[in-house]
Parts: sequence; C-alpha cells; structure tokens
Amino acid sequence: MTFRAVMSGRARRLSSDLGARWMSTWWQSVEPAPKDPILGVTEAFLADPSPNKVNVGVGAYRDDNGKPVVLECVREAERRIAGNLNMEYLPMGGSVKMVEETLKLAYGEDSEFIKDKRIAAVQSLSGTGACRLFADFQKRFRPDSQIYIPVPTWANHHNIWRDAQVPQRTFHYYHPESRGLDFAALMDDIKNAPNGSFFLLHACAHNPTGVDPSEDQWREISYQFKAKGHFPFFDMAYQGFASGDPERDAKSIRIFLEDRHLIGIAQSYAKNMGLYGQRVGCLSVLCEDEKQAVAVKSQLQLLARPMYSNPPLHGALIVSIILSDPELKKLWLKEVKVMADRIIGMRTALRENLEKLGSPLSWEHITNQIGMFCYSGMTPEQVDSLTKEFHIYMTRNGRISMAGVTTGNVGYLANAIHEITKSA
Amino acid sequence: MDSLHPNDAILASPTSGLHADSVFAHLHRAPEDPILGVTVAYNKDPSPVKVNVGVGSYRTDEGKPLVLNVVRQAEQKLVNDRSRVKEYLPIVGLAEFNKLSAKLLLGADSPAIRENRVTTVQCLSGTGSLRVGGEFLARHYHQPTIYIPQPTWGYHPKVLAGAGLSVKTYRYYDPATRGLNFQGLLEDLGSAPSGAIVLLHACAHNPTGVDPTIQQWDQIRQLMRSKELLPFFDNAYQGFASGDLDADAESVRMFAANGGECLVAQSYAKNMGLYGERVGALSIVCKTADVASRVESQLKLVIRPMYSVPPIHGASIAATILKDRDMYNEWTIELKAMADRIISMRQQLFDALRARGTPGDWSHVIKQIGMFTFTGLNSEQVAFMTREYHIYMTSDGRISMASLTSKAVPHLADAIHAAVTMLSESVTSRVSS
Repeated sequence: MTFRAVMSGRARRLSSDLGARWMSTWWQSVEPAPKDPILGVTEAFLADPSPNKVNVGVGAYRDDNGKPVVLECVREAERRIAGNLNMEYLPMGGSVKMVEETLKLAYGEDSEFIKDKRIAAVQSLSGTGACRLFADFQKRFRPDSQIYIPVPTWANHHNIWRDAQVPQRTFHYYHPESRGLDFAALMDDIKNAPNGSFFLLHACAHNPTGVDPSEDQWREISYQFKAKGHFPFFDMAYQGFASGDPERDAKSIRIFLEDRHLIGIAQSYAKNMGLYGQRVGCLSVLCEDEKQAVAVKSQLQLLARPMYSNPPLHGALIVSIILSDPELKKLWLKEVKVMADRIIGMRTALRENLEKLGSPLSWEHITNQIGMFCYSGMTPEQVDSLTKEFHIYMTRNGRISMAGVTTGNVGYLANAIHEITKSA
Repeated sequence: MDSLHPNDAILASPTSGLHADSVFAHLHRAPEDPILGVTVAYNKDPSPVKVNVGVGSYRTDEGKPLVLNVVRQAEQKLVNDRSRVKEYLPIVGLAEFNKLSAKLLLGADSPAIRENRVTTVQCLSGTGSLRVGGEFLARHYHQPTIYIPQPTWGYHPKVLAGAGLSVKTYRYYDPATRGLNFQGLLEDLGSAPSGAIVLLHACAHNPTGVDPTIQQWDQIRQLMRSKELLPFFDNAYQGFASGDLDADAESVRMFAANGGECLVAQSYAKNMGLYGERVGALSIVCKTADVASRVESQLKLVIRPMYSVPPIHGASIAATILKDRDMYNEWTIELKAMADRIISMRQQLFDALRARGTPGDWSHVIKQIGMFTFTGLNSEQVAFMTREYHIYMTSDGRISMASLTSKAVPHLADAIHAAVTMLSESVTSRVSS
C-alpha cells in the first residue's frame, strides 16, 4: 500500500475516533476586522458595475486615460535586469547602491553629511516600512518618548506607531475654515510640547490635505524645533510629485539640515517612480558622527531582521539602475515632471469647472493645495451621496486623489460635486 | 565639529534641550548577525582557498548562484508583457499566488481548500510568514507560548519573540545518536501547557537535517491532538528534502487532515531560488470557512502597519510558474537536480572523510536530509577551521551542503580532519543551540 493510502486510511479512522472531541476551534473569538478605509474604497469601486464610475480614492497615479503608468525608465531598467542578474539575498540593510542614490535625493547631491558618513540608512519596505522601522527603533531606544502626529494625517500612520507601541499625541495642522494651514495653532503646539518631543512631519504634499507650509513657515517651524530640542521625523512619500522638481520638494528637509537638526527621513519610490507594488523605500537617521551612524544602522538592521530578514531585491535594482545611469536619471526626472504637471493641470480644470457651474462655494483650495490629494472639504455624508448617486469613490474624509482625475471625467466629477454641495 | 553657527547662540539657553547631541547617542553597535555575518566575514577574507558553507543559498558545482531556467522564462514573460503594471497588490498579496501556494502545500485534492477553510496570505518569504503568523497569535490566541525544537534555525527565537510570543524549547536532536531524541520530544510536548503552540519543521530540519519518520510524525500528531497543542509549521524546504514536492509535504498534510487546524509558513527562497525577492506565504487552516474569513481580515491588520502590502515581483514569477503545467513540470525537474547535487555532495564529503581516516562515525553526513549537515563540530573547532583553513560556517557546526562544490570537498575534508584530530574535544561533544 502506498504511504498516501495508508495515511488517508488512518486519517479516516482517526476522525471517527476523535469525533466530537475535536469540534472546538481556536479562533471562535476572532472578530472580523474593519475594512481598511483607503484600500477598501478600491475594492468597492471594482465591485461597482456602473459605466460612469470614477475612482478618486487610492493615491496611485493614472494617466489621462485613467490607466496606471509604468515609467519608460522603469521598463528599460527591467529589460536590463531580466536574464542578467541573480536573485541572491540583499544584505540586511538592503541594496547599498540604491541607498546611496536615495540619500542624495533627500540630503542633496553634495551633502556634507553623506561625505562625512553621518547618515545611518537602510532600504525599507517603501514608506510604510520605513515609518514602522523608525517607530520600532524609537520604541526600543527612546522608550519614554511619544510621537506627535498632525491632524489629519495618512490613516496608517496611527496604526504604525500604535503597533510599535509608541504613545501618540496630535498637533494642529489643517484649518478647515480656510482649507489651509492652521499655522498659529501648529506653532503653539510645538511650543507647548515638552522639550525633546518626537514630531512626524510631511516633507511635502501633505497627505490627505495637500496643504504644505510655505518656505518661511518651514523656517519658523525649524527655529522653534531648535529652541525646544524636538526630533523631526519626515515622511517624504511624494518627492518630485509635488512641484515636479525633486530638489524643490526637499526644501523643508534642507532647511532643517541647514539649521543643524539631527533628523530622520522615510522615503518612498511608490509614487515618484511608480514602483508601488515593488515596495521600495529608505529609512535614514542623521547622526552626530560616523561611529554613531554605524551603531544606529546596526540597530536598525537588528529590528528589520526578525520582520523579514532582508528587503526585496527587484525594486531596489530598478532604482539603482535608473539613478546611477545619467541618461535614465534624466528620463526619470522628465517623466516625474509630466506626472506632476498633469495633476496640476487637473487641479486647474476641476476648479474652473466648478466655478463655471456657478458653485456658491470657494474652490481656491483645489489649486492652492499641492501633490496628489485635494482635501475637498466635503463631509462624510456628502461623500456617501457622491458614491451612491454618482458612483464616485473616494475616502470619507473628502480626500480626492487628483491622480484619478482625467480630462475625460473632470466635467462629470465637477458636476457631481456641485450637485451634492450647492445647497450645503 | 564645525565652528559655532549663529543659530547655536539661541541654543545655549537652559530650555534648549539636547541641541547638539543626538537623541540616539546612547546606542551601542549591535553584534553581527550570526548567520549572515558569516558571509560578511567570508567576503572580507582574501584567501584563494576560502570556502563559504554558511548561508543556505544553493550554488552550482562551479560555486555560482543559480537562477532556475524556469524562473528566467517567467521573468522574460513578465518583462515582455507590456500590459503588466506595478500597482499595489491587495494587503493579502497576489490572489493567484496565494491559491496556488495553498494547493502546492496541501495538495490539489485538499478538503480544507475545497471547503474554503484555508486562508493564505502572501508574506516576505519564510521569515515574514513566521512573523505575521506569530503576531496574529500573540494578539488573538489564548496561549501565546511557542515551543521550538532544540536546536532550530538561529533566528526562530528572535522572529517569534519579536512577534510577541513567549518562546520555550522542546528536546529534538540527540548528539549521542545524531538522530531524533524522540522520547525527549514526546516528554517535553507532553508536559507543555494545553493549547501551547508548537513549531515544527515540515521537512529537512534546519540545522540538523534530522526528520521524524512517518510513524513518528503520526505519534507526534496524536500527542498534540490530545493536548490541544497548535501546530505551526515552518516549510522552507519543500522539494529539497526528497526531491519530491508532495512527499515533502506529507507531514503538513497529515496534520491538516480530518479537520486539524494549523499554521504554515511557506518559503520559495530555496526551492524556486527566489531568495532576494522575498516570496512566501502564511496559510492558516481553520475549522470553518467563516472562521478563515475572519482570521484573514485580522491578518490584514497585522500586515498593513508593517509594510502595507507585499512586494509584487517575486510572487508574480512564482505564480507564473505554478499555473503553467509545462513550467511547473520543468520546475520539478530542476528542483530534483538541485536536491540530487546536494545528495552527491554528501556522498563526496563522506567518502573524503573516510579516505582520510578521520576519527568518528561520519554516516550522519549521508543520513541527514536537506540542505545542511550538522557535523557535530563544536564552536572551538569551527573557529579553528575558519582561522587555519578559511572555512566559513556557523558556530553551531552546521555546514550548508548546497553551497559546497566538488572542488572544495578535499579542502573542507582536510579542515574537518585537522579540527577533529588536533583539538582535544571529541566530535560528539555538546552541540551549541
């Protein structure tokens, strides 16, 4: 008799032997988890059969035909990889080349900190992974610290620091009445926080509001941070995507570096290189000297190892190939600008459409805000109506992903928003 | 440091906090990873005769990394398909990949799959699957203590403790017989608290290469059932133990049969050679479809704050292979070739030690299963071999047969021979775990 036959015979006998004794399950008490507020939107969109449906939920770029885009520079990089490279493990800290190039983007091509090897940096699982690694690091080495998170922020920020067991506080950021920055309250919160507090800052293109401090405002924030000895942690998920110019989009970080803060940065290539699903990013922590940077990097690796051993290879190869080839890098910069420009164009179009429809409300904020998202100011109930009546999908905080707006649907979108809000 | 910057004048005030000091100034440098650190040390060594038998990465007989033909084919297919995009996967990963992985693991005719009682989520290789499964258990399971075999893969304790589980051990390896300490295993599992989790290596135990027999697996299963112990399988070498994917999954299938619940961490690092792409899956076999669905929703809450969604590339390659009958068959052939090369390395090393008259019984080299040989050498002997012969291996005496080449066998045999004869401690001395 084959082994398999013996085993299934035994299995049948056993099941009748054990009978009711084995009826209990381990997981009876497991409650169904709530749907993810952002990713759940796309699920609902996909399930909708309406031909008019519009997805302005998830922050993934679409071209003017509403199609996802793979950048040409990425396609070329993949052609160079396929068939030529092996798939050995990366070091725990990830691809050295990729990290080197990534630091140049954030800290500057000729950064003294890179030259002096003062930056502890590891490849991370995109922006989420970088934030989580930092949160775990913060918990381990500054166990008494808390994190100050802006209101509002990307919803997953709260989950990340909560799972890392770092207590959270909030600070004022968005001003609903003006749909701009609540600068005075923000500065008050910075001043009132205990000295040496940890703050999460969005380097550019704030998610979900699209509201960024001006350069002058960043300088004031930096000054106040110095006075209070706060730790600035930047989440930079949209470098290049905000203005179309990566150097310009890193201005907030450069200001803080000029003012000699020892910062941390989470960087992501999900949007600006369209590498979403590849999960490519970088966590860096600026240290006092090289020795400290070596120590910090080793500790970051110690935190990453029990999570996933080492980071995934493919996306990192794409980034290294593009950024270390001057021609490909040039192509990338051009393609990033095209994406940013299209979004800026859609902002203008949406605002103009709403104004032309004679909306009684002000829609200035659509063009004042920057980056992928527009914080429309609509209420959750209005968003629900928008979905039910017009098959338009967005997160219930009224955040519109401008990347999902096209010349083909901007008129329909404007009309729908106007209908829902005109009697507000 | 640089001369005083104008801004620093403000900072002299008593309320200015730690203006120049990093908030992380008190950190110490962490020690090198014991396993990955071996390769770091090997790379630094300029010796022309150096041999790396540390990390379990397969090498050809020329000592080169191997990308399977079938993987290259899948890669090309993906690159040539211009309709493919790089969008976010769902949190649970590539659906096709998950389905095919469950099938590979549990068998095409698995009742559990048919009844929708299995939830499978894509994770970052074996490590990621263990971590996500561990965190889920730490949050939702009533007895968050896990028993791991003595010895086990060097990183199991850290991964599982990092997930929030309390880690204990059970006896597994018997240095005297170089086989399974079956009595000890049964005693230790027998005295574990009811409901405790038990980590089991599905096949090709790492580092010892000692697997239970079919009969022993059945006894273990019965004991665990009677004590309501929860099995958590680490399945990193399916196909590498015997060369047959189905045979290597028998332990898991035995436990999953007749309604048994269990967790399984599955890795494609070795059997598909996808190491750096981090391809794996966590499967949880549940009592009912409803439970499986609730469990999956909770797994998503563990994953989202860790890295949002898993990486797409490696899973796409694996799915491409698994769903194409010809590619799948070709894969099984290439897999068997790798397993066969390892078996021939075992034979060569055994013969070389016999030829040198190296003291001790070395039959375990050919009896042990999978990628590794647990030589029985102690850390002192290992250090000696590294120093004098430039042999790089982990200090627990584990050798990766998968990275050994015919050319390196004589030198390795010389090193082992020297270590055994020149150092006074016997080969069968205490094994560090």
